[in-house]
Amino acid sequence: MAKVLLRDLNKTYDGVHAVKDVNLEIRDREFVVLVGPSGCGKTTTLRMVAGLEEISSGEISIDGRVVNDLAPMDRDIAMVFQNYALYPHMSVYDNMAFGLRMRKFDKPEVESRVRRSAEILGIQALLERKPRQLSGGQRQRVALGRAIVRNPRVFLFDEPLSNLDAALRVQMRVELKRLHDRLETTAIYVTHDQVEAMTLGDRVVVMKDGVVQQEGEPLELYGRPVNRFVASFIGSPAMNFAEVSIAEAGGALWAETGGLRVKVPPAKAEALRRHAGRHVVLGVRPEALRIAGGADSAEYAFDSVVEVVEPLGNEILLDVRAGANAMVARVDPATRVKVHEKVRLAFDPERLHFFDPGSEAAI
Amino acid sequence: MIEGAKWKKWLWFYLPMGMFILGLLFPFYWMAVTTVRPDRELYRPWNHPLYSPFWTTHPTFDHIKNLLQETLFDRWMWNTMLIALAATLISLLCGVIGGYALARLRFRWAGLLGTAIFVTYLVPQTLLFIPLADIIRDYHIGDTPWALILTYPTFLIPFCTWLMMGYFKTIPKELEECARIDGATRWQAMLYIVFPIAVPGILSAGIFAFTLSWNEFIYALVFLSSPEQKTVPVGVVSELIRGDVFFWGPLMAGALIGSIPVAIVYSFFVEYYVAGVTGSVKG
Repeated sequence: MAKVLLRDLNKTYDGVHAVKDVNLEIRDREFVVLVGPSGCGKTTTLRMVAGLEEISSGEISIDGRVVNDLAPMDRDIAMVFQNYALYPHMSVYDNMAFGLRMRKFDKPEVESRVRRSAEILGIQALLERKPRQLSGGQRQRVALGRAIVRNPRVFLFDEPLSNLDAALRVQMRVELKRLHDRLETTAIYVTHDQVEAMTLGDRVVVMKDGVVQQEGEPLELYGRPVNRFVASFIGSPAMNFAEVSIAEAGGALWAETGGLRVKVPPAKAEALRRHAGRHVVLGVRPEALRIAGGADSAEYAFDSVVEVVEPLGNEILLDVRAGANAMVARVDPATRVKVHEKVRLAFDPERLHFFDPGSEAAI
Repeated sequence: MIEGAKWKKWLWFYLPMGMFILGLLFPFYWMAVTTVRPDRELYRPWNHPLYSPFWTTHPTFDHIKNLLQETLFDRWMWNTMLIALAATLISLLCGVIGGYALARLRFRWAGLLGTAIFVTYLVPQTLLFIPLADIIRDYHIGDTPWALILTYPTFLIPFCTWLMMGYFKTIPKELEECARIDGATRWQAMLYIVFPIAVPGILSAGIFAFTLSWNEFIYALVFLSSPEQKTVPVGVVSELIRGDVFFWGPLMAGALIGSIPVAIVYSFFVEYYVAGVTGSVKG
């Protein structure tokens, strides 16, 4: 149970500025996910919290105590590594007991704690085995067991699921979430997988090039991305982007590009008026597009040609082309369309995003 | 393998392998046969009707008896064992610690130091023994076991350090990091996690160092002079070749018995040794 505070955190090594002025407050019992493409500084940030990397400047405190100069062992944290880092020469039991023995717990206490953690994770039957005799999922569980057995103040996870196959990853994701609900320990989780980030995190922090782009609850990031990077990184299939020019006609603003002309919704009109006559980037998520029906206003609809149909069962993804713009629409599985067919698509005006082409910030 | 390709396996695998084994083992066979061959057969000219270089019909232990009774062979064995073990221990200790530092600690000149250590290994012994002889004279340790115990590490330590550095690099550093988060100091992480995992590497470095010291010739020849201080390779050669007379029987008996300890060491640790040289840690 602990609050973790990162203040103006920086890391430079070999002339690379890997983490830039990161400020983050992680509340007690919160599950925070750092997500971003590789090389965005998320793992370095985590390793600084763990004490495995020196802090170039800034401050990290756990429960109000600055830990900058504390050795990893004195921070009362536990970390799960991407490759599990199980001690290959020790049995599962000894792997889990190692941290307790190092901290001079007496024997019965070690035994009861290891048994209890093994029970929580369902690995009681594996305690005598060596790590090489375990499957990937079992190793993952042992690595988790080694972390929870000490009952630390903070859990750190460094891409713990990325070595598992897809099906197992989904299963372990659910188990991790259940585990966190049960243990109520503050957790910081690093991943490059946005689905993992969205499903696990109470709060998600998107990073790029060492800079925090946006932090917030998963649906807030999804619904109101602050810039084009966050908009494209969160969500699958990714948001559609089209460069449009803003023109004023008949008292309303219109976003235009070859083959596409839509009205700027009134909610955005005020902010976009400054951009009249200039280019901006229009963003629309695949599920904000639908096959236009009679009730749809012509102001938010456009014609397109279907290029690829991807029937996924619960939905159909249509890769369409409207003029020069390629877009993906997520439509109802009952829709019957064929390749090369013309379809008329409609926007949900509430869910249009506009971004400044220079700064990429949301307008 | 496909059934019809069996002869191919014979041709490309078993045949070359057989020739290879034959070539490798022949010297040992020759050594063994000469050891038990009586003198009158040994010095028989090649055109003698009973000339049989590859076998003997009257095996004898005379040469071994001669070796043990007429020379200080047991003393040489003891010297060699002592010197090889002591030099190996010193070199392993330095090599393991040095290799760990070069593989793990990030300090200035680490890369340069690693290369420098390797370069010292490349300086040939035939060149080094001249300045080393000076040093040994200055410290008055000539003709004592110390002359070799302290000079063998000059080539063993670079060797062990490099081998161990390579091995430590194959051990994921997350293991240590995890141990340090678990509550171990760097020393404890080394002691409880890294060293136990590095046992195959340490053993193979040890075997190599032991073999190199056991077989070493030049330093032993130069730094030792009295017969009772000599090691097996030097003793056998200097005491059993007198002028241009070669006592082939005892000479081969000495070589055969002298190679037994090394063979035993290898056969015991061969699995570790292979794992150590190929370097494989499964997480």
